Amino acid sequence: MKAAAFAYVRATSVENALELLSVHGEAAKLLSGGQSLVPAMNLRLVAPELIVDIGELTELRGVAVKGEVLTIGALTRHADLLKSREIAAHAPLLKDAVAHVAHPAIRNRGTIGGSLAHADPASELPACMLTLGATIIARGPGGERRIAANEFFVGIYETTLTPQELLVAVELPVNPKNSTHFFHEFARRHGDYAIVGLAAQASIKDGRFADLRLGFFAVGDRPLLAKSASKLVDVAITPAVLSEAASALDDELDPLEDQQATAAMRRHLAKVLLTRCVSLLLARSDLRAGASA
Amino acid sequence: MTSELANPQTLSALDRPNSYIGKAVPRPNLDRLMQGRGLYVSDIELPRMAYAVFLRSPHAHARIVGIETSAAKQMPGVIAVVSGRELSTVVTPWVGVLSHLKGLKSAPQSAIAVDRVCWQGEAVAAVVAASRAQAEDAAEHVSVKYEELHAVTDMRTALDPATPVIHASLGDNLAFERIHDAGAVDQAFAESDEVFEAEFVFGRHTGVTLEPRAVVADWSAAEAKLTIYQGTQAPHMVQNIAALHLGLKESQVRVVCKDVGGSFGIKVHIYADEMATYALSKLLRRPVKFVADRVESFNTDIHARDHRCRGKIGVKRDGTIMAFEIDDLTGIGPYSMYPRTSAIEANQVVNLVGGPYVTGNYRARARVVFQNKNVMCQYRAVGHPIACSVTEGLVDLAAMKIAMDPVEIRRRNLIADDAYPCASPSGLRFEQLSHHAALAKLVQMMDYDALRAEQAALRVKNIHRGIGIASFIEVTNPSAAFYGVGGAKISSQDGVAVRLDAQGSVICQTSITEQGQGSESLTAQIVGSVLGVSMDRVRVILGDTDNTPYGGGTWASRGAGIGGEAALQAAKVLRKNILDVAAVVLQSTPSELDIVNNAVVNVVDGAPRIDLSELARIVYFRPDTLPPGIQPELMATRHFVPRNYPFAFTNGVQASWLELDPDTGFVKLLKHWVVEDCGTIINPQLVDEQIRGGVVQGLGAALFEKCVYDERGQLTNANMADYLVPMSGEMPDIDVGHVVSPTLESELGAKGAGEAGTAGAAAAVTNAVNDALRPFGTIITEIPLTPQVILTALGRI
Repeated sequence: MKAAAFAYVRATSVENALELLSVHGEAAKLLSGGQSLVPAMNLRLVAPELIVDIGELTELRGVAVKGEVLTIGALTRHADLLKSREIAAHAPLLKDAVAHVAHPAIRNRGTIGGSLAHADPASELPACMLTLGATIIARGPGGERRIAANEFFVGIYETTLTPQELLVAVELPVNPKNSTHFFHEFARRHGDYAIVGLAAQASIKDGRFADLRLGFFAVGDRPLLAKSASKLVDVAITPAVLSEAASALDDELDPLEDQQATAAMRRHLAKVLLTRCVSLLLARSDLRAGASA
Repeated sequence: MTSELANPQTLSALDRPNSYIGKAVPRPNLDRLMQGRGLYVSDIELPRMAYAVFLRSPHAHARIVGIETSAAKQMPGVIAVVSGRELSTVVTPWVGVLSHLKGLKSAPQSAIAVDRVCWQGEAVAAVVAASRAQAEDAAEHVSVKYEELHAVTDMRTALDPATPVIHASLGDNLAFERIHDAGAVDQAFAESDEVFEAEFVFGRHTGVTLEPRAVVADWSAAEAKLTIYQGTQAPHMVQNIAALHLGLKESQVRVVCKDVGGSFGIKVHIYADEMATYALSKLLRRPVKFVADRVESFNTDIHARDHRCRGKIGVKRDGTIMAFEIDDLTGIGPYSMYPRTSAIEANQVVNLVGGPYVTGNYRARARVVFQNKNVMCQYRAVGHPIACSVTEGLVDLAAMKIAMDPVEIRRRNLIADDAYPCASPSGLRFEQLSHHAALAKLVQMMDYDALRAEQAALRVKNIHRGIGIASFIEVTNPSAAFYGVGGAKISSQDGVAVRLDAQGSVICQTSITEQGQGSESLTAQIVGSVLGVSMDRVRVILGDTDNTPYGGGTWASRGAGIGGEAALQAAKVLRKNILDVAAVVLQSTPSELDIVNNAVVNVVDGAPRIDLSELARIVYFRPDTLPPGIQPELMATRHFVPRNYPFAFTNGVQASWLELDPDTGFVKLLKHWVVEDCGTIINPQLVDEQIRGGVVQGLGAALFEKCVYDERGQLTNANMADYLVPMSGEMPDIDVGHVVSPTLESELGAKGAGEAGTAGAAAAVTNAVNDALRPFGTIITEIPLTPQVILTALGRI
């Protein structure tokens, strides 16, 4: 379990990293936190010729709030997100989500940029980006490109980033006042990739959802911002309404089968999550009574 | 003999001043390990050492058409690329059978496959290079041409006439069959008020050690001597077998086993790649190191369990259990493992089912079949979790049928604590067990009635909790009955040599080994206590065939009971020898003297007479001052093996309290209790942690661990992300209590405690899940109890 031989260079600046990427193209791999790349290399699942280590690009690390925009540098580590006061104040959903990302040792090294660029459909942060309406900022030979989160993820481990581009930051709108959130995932063990997960953000007025964004993950080849959420907005939620939303959700899902769950089980659990999310956000335990989906 | 003391602090036979017996003293090796000064095989670097990497078969069953190595041999750092045929000039094949397991058959297995591979992961060639990375690079350039053969993967059809036979010379795929019939089973079922049957399914799983299997073999052509540094539980067994198959005398082989990063039975076998490493060293005349990586560990470390067992129980309406019947089937891979064989687990299942109970009516069949998967063999609590899950599952289901409380049905059927000695329906002899005392203590520890009330109250709120109970017996302190009588040169006795050196400290060499259980600690505790010497003056040496007495090692819960008794007896002789010479020096008699706190004292008033260091100074440096004819012997050796009983059975009972979410199929473990009886407790902390560690491995089997094979014999989850080991976050608090029934076979009275936790944990959890499922009218008799399994049983998906 030793990686195949590779060349290594530590990028000195974003420009330097981009230069290396444009010269080496797909033969190069960016090393950020290394929590997915390095195991894959050691298993010889990937054998890049060149590793471009961006770990020293401190300008890509950190969280800042400017007006209504929260900017998170790509090299910001999961552990930083968990500790950040700005995140807790302006994107508390993200804080809850990060607590489910693997284990402390991995959170100490893994980065948000690495997680988003890796685009594992079962991981937490991509779904959060959809829910929070994030903009992903990439830099490439042609300059900066801003990509809406719902256009960024295109398949398993697949994004719209080109091999010459570097994900430098994400921007999130600061949480609107009176908004609330829900995060939960079903995993066999805490820290495992989710069997099904949901990152939800809502605003509630007079016991109804004024806005509801449901970002599901591990329900298909990429995170899913459920359109069926619209069936729950601006209506009085009854078990019948909820059940209709659940069956609409079912139509949106295209879950994969793996060793932890069949597609049918993922569909079932996604609906359980929907019910629990709605019941919890509206503080309506009566809705949960019929939660058996 | 049974007392109900929770953690007895002292024991009469060994109740000496400052005794360490029964005390939770810290392990003497802790500082060394915590400060990174352990010496694991993985750490060993020798001059001219080369690294072996094995190219492994991607197919479950295939003919090797050709192996092309020339490109690999040109790669940087490569010393040799060796095929199975080339290596067979150095090492002979072996057959994993034992003569007392009548009818057990297996085929010759080679260190590296010759002509044919029989499981995905079997080695087809070795690449030896100056570094592991270079060897892995070169391995990618070895090209092997295979012709795929039909893979036999499903144990249920392995014996069908239509299924190809894996080893033509054996005639069929049946490795072993045992049939047992005791009492009047048919009559007992006929007289039962209720008869219940179920099929119990156990996932194939493995022991995941922190340090993988590791070996450094160093053939010195100049001395004609092979030194093997290996993380093994049984150094003398390795010595014997390496010599046998490499054409050497045992005196030419030295096995050194220092620190071992976990074993759990995984490291008590002889693996083909380890044999290949010894042979490569001999072939290449230089030290060769092999450390399995995590992926090849999953593919080659023995797997275990993987049983399908039909069970049947008959019960009277008053709760009397009338009979047990089982039909067990297990698939062991393509070869019976060497030298302990892969029939032992099924044999144990037959031995142990029904073991805690009075009924003498018991019929069993066990069949062991070959298949094209990784080899299976003994892992912690061999057979026990199967037998316990089947027995206790049947008992609970019978109780459910007659609407009797699970505790009550056990009270009515467990062998009475005053009925010993007696024998089980399979003929196992019990010296002294304490099922009822253990159950009573468990019920009190868990506050059973309050828990039942809580369960009922929560059910109304749609919260579904379950209580599961599992009584068990455990085989410990095995005599020669396990392996020796079957012709395996695996010693069942152990030896300890103790000496007082010139500065008054004690050196102790023991043939038991240490893989983290606390063998060093218990040996030092016993020797220090018997001699009256403080533990910091006792140094324990183990794991070196050149430098310890001959013995079995540490496995089958035998270290404390057998090695500990040898230590006690050796220390007693040394103590007598010390007092004899002290009496001469002090012009006293030995009976008037004792040793306390590193000094010889008066028995009467405890007054110090002479320090041991001063006595040793006289003996070693001024023997001229001793009277003529006095020859002090400040070293003593004793060996021990149990002779009256083939095994020292222990017993215990476990309970699980858990919550099941019927919407998601997830199970949350809330609490686990164990009461067990391992006889004399030498170090309560070590015993309790052994129990807890064992329970956690049992909980892994119950909820998480499974080697998932596809129908083509591919292991599909050979990594730590997909093979789920139990982690601390999901583990409940585990309360441990004890009943103490010392064995009278030894003065120490200690029985084993290493496997009790694993024996009953899965059974307790399964019973608790079925208890939680009661309102839903479904039962599950399959582990691991995954959300998928539970949701399916509930009809939710």
